[in-house]
Amino acid sequence: MGCVSCAGLMRDFAGEEDSVTLRLKESGTIPIEADSICPDLFVDRNLAEIKALNAFYGRRKVTLGDLFHVEGEHSDRIMVEGDLRHVKKIGLRMSRGRILVRGDVGLHLGAHMQGGEIIIQGNASDWVGAQMQGGRIWIKGNAGHHLGAAYPGEKSGVNRGAIIVAGNAGRAVGARARRVLIVVQGSVGAFAGANMIAGSIIVFGQLGARAGAGNKRGSIVVFGGSLEILPTYRYECTLRPVFLRFYLQRLGEWGLPVSIELAEGNFRRYSGDITSVGKGEILVYVKPE
Amino acid sequence: MHINNVVIEDTFAEAFEMWASQLIITAVNETWAMTAAQVATGFSTSIIACGCEAGIGGVLPREQSPDGRPGVLVLFFTMSDKDMEKVLLKRIGQCIMTSPTSACYNGLQNDMKVKVGGKLRFFGDGYQSSKLLEGRRLWRIPVMDGEFVIEESFGMQKAVGGGNFLILAESQRASLAAAEAAVNAMRAVAGIIMPFPGGIVRSGSKIGSRYKGLGVSTNTAYCPTIRRQVDSALPDGVNSVMEIVIDGLNEEAVREATRVGVLAACHTGVVRITAGNYGGKLGRYHFYLHDILGPSQGQ
Repeated sequence: MGCVSCAGLMRDFAGEEDSVTLRLKESGTIPIEADSICPDLFVDRNLAEIKALNAFYGRRKVTLGDLFHVEGEHSDRIMVEGDLRHVKKIGLRMSRGRILVRGDVGLHLGAHMQGGEIIIQGNASDWVGAQMQGGRIWIKGNAGHHLGAAYPGEKSGVNRGAIIVAGNAGRAVGARARRVLIVVQGSVGAFAGANMIAGSIIVFGQLGARAGAGNKRGSIVVFGGSLEILPTYRYECTLRPVFLRFYLQRLGEWGLPVSIELAEGNFRRYSGDITSVGKGEILVYVKPE
Repeated sequence: MHINNVVIEDTFAEAFEMWASQLIITAVNETWAMTAAQVATGFSTSIIACGCEAGIGGVLPREQSPDGRPGVLVLFFTMSDKDMEKVLLKRIGQCIMTSPTSACYNGLQNDMKVKVGGKLRFFGDGYQSSKLLEGRRLWRIPVMDGEFVIEESFGMQKAVGGGNFLILAESQRASLAAAEAAVNAMRAVAGIIMPFPGGIVRSGSKIGSRYKGLGVSTNTAYCPTIRRQVDSALPDGVNSVMEIVIDGLNEEAVREATRVGVLAACHTGVVRITAGNYGGKLGRYHFYLHDILGPSQGQ
């Protein structure tokens, strides 16, 4: 299922002449830490200053100019091109602007993000949007594990913002999220919403095993069916949740293809996890016969 | 000024500052959304004894409704911002929450807000939950038919209450027909309500009374059956008067409603159209009929 909104945004972005463009000079397998690729850092800097921003190539400290061909200056709109599968921390802590990545991208994309928008026209690795506090991330391909999750040792994770994935996502989506909207148009792996405090995870594909383990008050919605519902969840009723219609209406406005049939459907409601507070829920769409 | 041989008096309507809030009520279908809206805005013709003035502002198509279900806009007007909270808590709690399949959303974006859903949530007895999306917090309150969804806060703003015009006609039939035509035309104007029954008031009032303790009494100057006993404002040939009162989110809405209403009311059988005021000494807003209707309308 394609991400209509991503396509629309890409068209808008491509026409903007005042963005800063970075093209990776050389593909490789050495990890690159590029947390300086951040609109907050680019907006007040000229070309020379942007090129001089720090980065790490393996354990060697380098500059962005060493790794990327850079064009443009003084902009909070950034376009990044090349084989970025080993480029980490793009958009770290950003609070404004927009980043478009043409291709796949590495770990920790948009971690601790507070605002702005990131669009990935490819796949993303693990820890997308970890500890996010605001903003929006769109991934046109698949995402790895720990999408929108909390880092180990943190009491809670994502507190605001939205992450939309057109493909599939791995394990532990939204783990320990405090307040988030995560939408995965494909399927997700095991432990989605594990120890979730609150927020909503909407999966249009299938839900993996042990979804919602330790969930306090979060909502997990699945349209494609669930491999299993934990025994610590109890079936409550079948209903048409109005709040979900509100959410789907917004997703439709954002450009996601949401059919009326889904919006008006029935859902089986399971409340849990009773090993935790037990006020969370898993809503499983009931396909019409 | 004349329009269709109807005299438009060179006078003004005097209106007051009020506070307004706008809600969107949705339900499984338009029938139930309208039911909730009608009940919530019942007994709200006049601030004098009803606590608020309220009415239905229009029907929302599914595409514009917050949850994609049929919706109805309702407007509430109170004299103070503090009164608004009390009014909304009562009316949403007793009339909208109780109505099958309803949900209630904010319909007025403004920094000034009144917390209603955030208080009604306690009806959930600890089993309520909230959802936050794009800065809007919704409360989900468990109820017998499923869930009642209500937005945490509703915007409110200063507004205009008491715009009016009076239709003086040869007969009751003529005054009513003209008033109905006016109301039908005015319903197309956004941001206004006409709080009286069917939008029309047949028993307009004046301030004061011969009876101690009674603050208002019948508008004797416009009562045809006692024309010779009072200081009457009725010209010869007038046997019935209907009034239309307008509350609006802003001056422009009230002006536009007055304009389309007066134009639509200039019917056969209508002698004169005038407006009510207190000499300009009480209300902040003055709506001059000739200004609103414009010199081009004159014959």
